[in-house]
Amino acid sequence: MRHIPYVYNGAYEFCLMAGDANAARRIIIAAPLFDEMNRMRRVLVSTMRLLALRGIASCLPDLPGCNESVADLAVQDVDIWRSTFSAAAAQTGATHVVSIRGGALISDGLGDLPHWRLAPVKGASLLKTMLRTRIASDKEAGIINSMDALLASGLDARIELAGNRMGPAMLISLQNAEAADWPQLTIAALGEGDDDVTGSALWMRAEPQDDPAMAASLAEQLDRWSAACGK
Amino acid sequence: MNKTEDILRAILVDLLGLPAAQVTAMDADTELFGALPELDSMAVAGLLTEMEDRLGITIDDDDVDGELFATFGNLVAFTQAKLAD
Repeated sequence: MRHIPYVYNGAYEFCLMAGDANAARRIIIAAPLFDEMNRMRRVLVSTMRLLALRGIASCLPDLPGCNESVADLAVQDVDIWRSTFSAAAAQTGATHVVSIRGGALISDGLGDLPHWRLAPVKGASLLKTMLRTRIASDKEAGIINSMDALLASGLDARIELAGNRMGPAMLISLQNAEAADWPQLTIAALGEGDDDVTGSALWMRAEPQDDPAMAASLAEQLDRWSAACGK
Repeated sequence: MNKTEDILRAILVDLLGLPAAQVTAMDADTELFGALPELDSMAVAGLLTEMEDRLGITIDDDDVDGELFATFGNLVAFTQAKLAD
């Protein structure tokens, strides 16, 4: 495992890399967004290690304002993240694109590469959950808030939602974000079928958790899918 | 057992990470909020959105009160009423 920098708009961000950079298959991963990313990161990193053992390189880029990034989250939006992710894919020579949950919203700038998505989600659903989380924490502090009032104030100035400082551009872009359709697109789900990933919806858990069996299943499915894509 | 109940049980398993056997054993009187440490007010936020996505319903702020998640029976009755709207 190593970190390498990539450049977007004159600024450096980091990618976590696993495996041989010259491997024939090089998968770039769009992690879930916001707090869902924190809950999935451990399993994703385990998956990357297992992919490396199968001779597949993988790359997990930090988006501006997330993880190790020093950029301000409040000035980001879905379009900026899409451009950044595409830049990371180009600079690391990605051959395949994998996304999980909200990652599907920012990985769709790479139409000529094969895509694999797990449990894609609309931006509006992510936003709604974060608004509800804020309403719940406000309520515990004795403040009565509503979704409409929060959204209205968020379109005016920065607001904090579930620990994320969000600017108006992020709110608007999330409300409208849906994963685009591609010719080379595989959509996977959690389940017991041959093409399913075994495991559970760790991105929804109240606490981050590990799941070695899920990482193994993810690595197995990604190996099979990326080999079938003929690269 | 009906389809709405099955979907709600699946959401509880996925969202809260409860063992499937525990969720399958729930009946109308099983207490949820206050009885399950996994179900805090933050988890409720995710649960509501997941119910909307998987059941195709819309849940307003005004619909959500302490009673909604008091028991599994309340949750099922609320969802069925929403589906009938």
